[in-house]
Amino acid sequence: MRDADARSKLDEAAIGRIFREESGRSVATLIRAFGDIDVAEDAVQEAFAIALRKWPRDGLPPNPGGWITTTARNRAIDRLRREARGRELLSEVTVLFPDNDDPGTPEEVGPVHDDRLRLIFTCCHPALSTEAQVALTLRLLGGISTKEVARSFLVAEATMAQRLARAKRKVKVARIPYRVPEAHELPDRLRPVLAVVYLVYNAGVDSPAEPGLCSEAIRLARILATLMPDEPEVAGLLALLLLTESRRASRMRPDGSLVLLGEQERTRWDRALIEEGQAIVRRCLRRNQPGAYQLQAAINAVHADAATLEQTDWSQIVALYDQLLALAPTPVVALNRAIAIGEMQGAAAALALVDDLGLDNYHPFHATRADLLRRLGRDDEAAAAYERAAALAPTEAERDFLRLGGRASR
Amino acid sequence: MSQYLLSVHSVEGEAREPMPEEEMRQFMERVGLLEEEIKSAGAWVFSGRLHEPDTATVVRVSDGEVLTTDGPFAESKEHLGGFYIIEAEDLDAALSWAAKTADCVKRPIEVRPFWQAPGA
Repeated sequence: MRDADARSKLDEAAIGRIFREESGRSVATLIRAFGDIDVAEDAVQEAFAIALRKWPRDGLPPNPGGWITTTARNRAIDRLRREARGRELLSEVTVLFPDNDDPGTPEEVGPVHDDRLRLIFTCCHPALSTEAQVALTLRLLGGISTKEVARSFLVAEATMAQRLARAKRKVKVARIPYRVPEAHELPDRLRPVLAVVYLVYNAGVDSPAEPGLCSEAIRLARILATLMPDEPEVAGLLALLLLTESRRASRMRPDGSLVLLGEQERTRWDRALIEEGQAIVRRCLRRNQPGAYQLQAAINAVHADAATLEQTDWSQIVALYDQLLALAPTPVVALNRAIAIGEMQGAAAALALVDDLGLDNYHPFHATRADLLRRLGRDDEAAAAYERAAALAPTEAERDFLRLGGRASR
Repeated sequence: MSQYLLSVHSVEGEAREPMPEEEMRQFMERVGLLEEEIKSAGAWVFSGRLHEPDTATVVRVSDGEVLTTDGPFAESKEHLGGFYIIEAEDLDAALSWAAKTADCVKRPIEVRPFWQAPGA
C-alpha cells in the first residue's frame, strides 16, 4: 500500500525535487571522477531523464542519491567511449583515478572531504566574479536549472546561460583547482563562499516573488555547516539566516509594503527557526571566536528574545555592535549601531552619530535620519529625508512605504 | 602542468620618471631574487621587459599590401611593460607567483592561461 502511494506520487515535480536535493552531491562526485564540469552536468541531466521513465514505474530506489550518481557515472562513461575526445579523457581518468574513487593527490591525505566542499570552493574561487560565483553555486551545488537561476536574478535565460558557460570555461582553461583550500588559505577562501550564500539569501528577501532563494540559501548554509563543523563563521552565517528567516513573513504586509522591526507582530515570528538559530549562537558564544556573521546572528538572537520592542536588551545589542564595528568598521555597521544607541539614549544622541556618516547614497541612511528627525519633532527636515530615502529605495514597496512617512505610528 | 602569462602593465608617463639610482638597484635586486626563486622552483619558462610603447610599430596586411604605422596598437594609457611565462600546476599556483611578482614590481599583474591543444 505504501509502495503504491509512493509510486503514484512520483510525478515529474516530485522527481525534480529529489534531483534538486541530490544533484549537488552527484555533480560534485562526477566532476572529481571525470575532471570536467560539463560531462558531470550532462550526465546528471541524463540520469534525470532515465529517472523520469523508470521511477514512476519501478518506484523510488532505496538510495536515490546513490542511484543518481551511479546512473550518471555509467551514462558518462558510455558517452565518452563513443567520442574520440571522450576516450582520451577516459584514459586520463583511469590513469588519474585508478579505482575511480580516490584521486590520491598529495594535498588530499588529510581528512576525507565531501566532494561538495571541493565544488563550493571552486564555484566561489576569487578568480571568478561574484555574479559568476553565485550562478555557478546555484546551478551546480544547488541543482537549480539555468532558467530558474536566470529568473531569480531577473536576467534573460540566454544571458544566464552565457554567464554560466563563460564561468565554466574559465574554470577549465585557467585550471581553477577542484580542491578544498589548505588551512592557511581557508580564511581568505571561505569569505567569498559565505558572501555568496548571504547574497543569495538577500536576493530572495529583496525579490519577494522569489522566496525560493531564501530557502535555497539556508539549504546551502546547512550543507556548509555540516561540511565545515569547525568553522565558527559558517555556523554564524547559518544562525544569521535562520534568525532573519524567522521574521521574514512578518516583515511584509500583504500589499508588499514593509513592516519595521518595532511594528512586527512578534507572535508571528517562527519559533522553531528562532530556537535553532539561538542554539547555534549559544554554541558560537561558548567557542568564543567571534566573527562578523556570528555577531550579526547574536544581535538577531537578542531581538528574537524580546516580546516587544521596548523589552529589547539594547545595551546588549549596542555591545555586540561595538564588537562588530571593531571587526568590520563600515559606515553601515556604524549606522545600525547608532540606531541601537537611539533606542537607549534617545533620538538626539543617535542623530549626532548618524550625521557623521558619509552614506548619502544609501537609502536606509536617509530613512534612519528621517525617523530620528520626526521623533525630535523636526517634521520639515524629516519629510525631506523621507523623500530622499524614497528616491534612492530599490523597490516600489519601499518607495511607497517611505513616501508615506516611514513608520507612521509608533 | 599549464603555462600562464603573467603580464606587468605600466601606466603611460608613470614609467618614464627615472628611478633614483639606489632605488633602481634595489628594484633590480628584488626582481633578480624573484626570478631565481621562480627558476629554482622549476616554474620559469621565459620572461622579458619591453621598451616604452612609443617605440612600437604596428604592421597590417590589407589586400596584399603591407601597412606600417608608428606607435602602439591600442590607444590606451596602460601598456604591457613586461611579462613572465611560467608553468604551474593550476591557477592557485599561478596566482601565488603573480602575488609575489606584484609585490616585487609594485604593479598589478594579469594572469592568463595559454591555450593548450587538446591532449597536450
